[in-house]
Amino acid sequence: MADGQAAGQTILVVGGGISGLTTAVEAAEVGYNVLLVEKTPHFGGRVAQHNKYFPKLCSPTCGLEINYQRVKNNPRIRLMTLAEVEEIKGSTGAYTARIRQNPRFVNQKCTACGDCAKACETEVANPYNFGMNKVKAIRHDHFMAFPSHYYMDPNFAASDEAKKLVAVCPVGAIDLGMKATVIEEKVASVVWSTGWKPFNAEKILPYGFGRIANVTTNMRFERMADKFGPTGGKLVRPSDGKEAKNVAFIQCAGSRDHNYLAFCSRICCLASMKQATYVRGLYPDAKVTIYYIDLRAMDRYEAFQKMVEADAGVRWIKSKPARIDEDAKTGNPVVVGENTLTGVRYEEPYDLVVLATGMEPNSATVAKVPCSDARYDEYGFVVSSGGLFSSGCSSQPSDVSGSVQSSTASALRAIQTAVNAKG
Amino acid sequence: MTYDLTFAKEVYKNSEEGHWIKMCMQCGVCAGSCPMGFLGAWTHSPRQIFQMVRAGMRDEVLTSTDMWMCTSCYNCIVRCPRNLPITHIIHGLARYASVQGKADPKQPTHHFAKDIFWENIVATGRVGEAALTMKLYFKDGIGEGIKQGLEMKDSALGMLKAKRLKPIPFRGKIKGYPGFKAMLKKAFELENQKEGKA
Repeated sequence: MADGQAAGQTILVVGGGISGLTTAVEAAEVGYNVLLVEKTPHFGGRVAQHNKYFPKLCSPTCGLEINYQRVKNNPRIRLMTLAEVEEIKGSTGAYTARIRQNPRFVNQKCTACGDCAKACETEVANPYNFGMNKVKAIRHDHFMAFPSHYYMDPNFAASDEAKKLVAVCPVGAIDLGMKATVIEEKVASVVWSTGWKPFNAEKILPYGFGRIANVTTNMRFERMADKFGPTGGKLVRPSDGKEAKNVAFIQCAGSRDHNYLAFCSRICCLASMKQATYVRGLYPDAKVTIYYIDLRAMDRYEAFQKMVEADAGVRWIKSKPARIDEDAKTGNPVVVGENTLTGVRYEEPYDLVVLATGMEPNSATVAKVPCSDARYDEYGFVVSSGGLFSSGCSSQPSDVSGSVQSSTASALRAIQTAVNAKG
Repeated sequence: MTYDLTFAKEVYKNSEEGHWIKMCMQCGVCAGSCPMGFLGAWTHSPRQIFQMVRAGMRDEVLTSTDMWMCTSCYNCIVRCPRNLPITHIIHGLARYASVQGKADPKQPTHHFAKDIFWENIVATGRVGEAALTMKLYFKDGIGEGIKQGLEMKDSALGMLKAKRLKPIPFRGKIKGYPGFKAMLKKAFELENQKEGKA
């Protein structure tokens, strides 16, 4: 039985987003030991960057909060943040994982009071908001951040200013002497759930992201829509801060395209429809245009599409735009292409164009499984094999509920491996 | 109406690179990318031509002048999300229309490729630019020829100066001309075999 589980039957979960959290709590709540390793300072992953979930349009902090409670209340889960799995050796049921613990420079005494950030003068581009605003070099990412401890950028930790901040902390939590450590753990099975990153839209040269100020991406737009985001929830043009009331969404920007990601990312159609409701909700006189090849409201989401379709302020154009130009006078992006239902070619200006960029699996680039037995599909998603399983967006593009389902399934498979390993 | 794939299959089999047409997902990127589209040079975009092939519109496709407007800029190939070699498919269709006797012999690009250029190169084994240009300019009569020649006079003089244009139109045949002719003969044989005309 699980109660007699030895240390060697631990399940290693890599990645602390919604998928990793789910696998961890599902396995731990039926009695198995879990080591949950997260590379960044906080859990929550991509979901923590979202303003609203589709289709219910509720806040992601709600779902994360429940999972954080389950994690906190479960002694079978060991947590590591700022930690990276460097190597996995061994075989099914008997792996050894080498894990590097990077320094946080703030210890667990931290109460997240924020006195250090107030005193800190050094500001850096905020990665949590894709660099759209500045943030202090000592911080937590957002008010729901878990664990609720601040962290310091490694470069800043070596500065003279960091030394001054040590005295500012009322509980003595700042520890500049922290060093990276490496540990080895024996684990029975591994669940890889390192998630995704938005496809780099700069690679889609004809669309001009990075060159045309008022061409942005869906994830940046999501941060803009958040009232705690860089614009305080206002949807504005990056070039002049004017309200974006004529907004175009371009689907399959980098997905379903052999020049970029050949697969369908599955979430972008719904995400754009959701973001259309942000625009229409915020500015009642706003116009939204959605350019699409064909709409893919996966699973049970057709009702959501019907709801957005019922809004006369949303226009749908069946076309993959050929390119985006910039009107030098107004800064308006001009979308150029052919309407494939009418055969008419168009050149239409907008206040803001949002590229619905897809999901690039981190397992294809920055988070490859450091194990010689790891298998991948042709796109870099991890294919489960032996005692190595993948879940969520490490296994295929999926939305949050799909990730949760796949992660629960992976928990069960990881448990089976752990049980069999025990003999 | 039944779904008739006869013409589509004919194109997949006989037109160069034509088999790619079945991969088209009708996204419209080629149409929006084609510089000729915004000039109003064609009636149907590559995307529409592909769908017309699949819809069995044999006469409409093969008699269309749209394929002959391609400038081979390759924008469509670069951007096509499904890797279709669109430029080559379009050239293939143009050639197939010509072989099938459906293409308008007066269509300038068709006329130039099939008659003027071909006759020019076969005659000597090399391209005689001056003769080629002259034939093209004078294809619609002496008046038109002189008018076009005067319009392009500066370009021609510039090219002469830069030694990009040979001043003497007729330089005779290439070395080993009989071999060149034999090669062509064999090529025609193979082509006729392929097209079932042997």
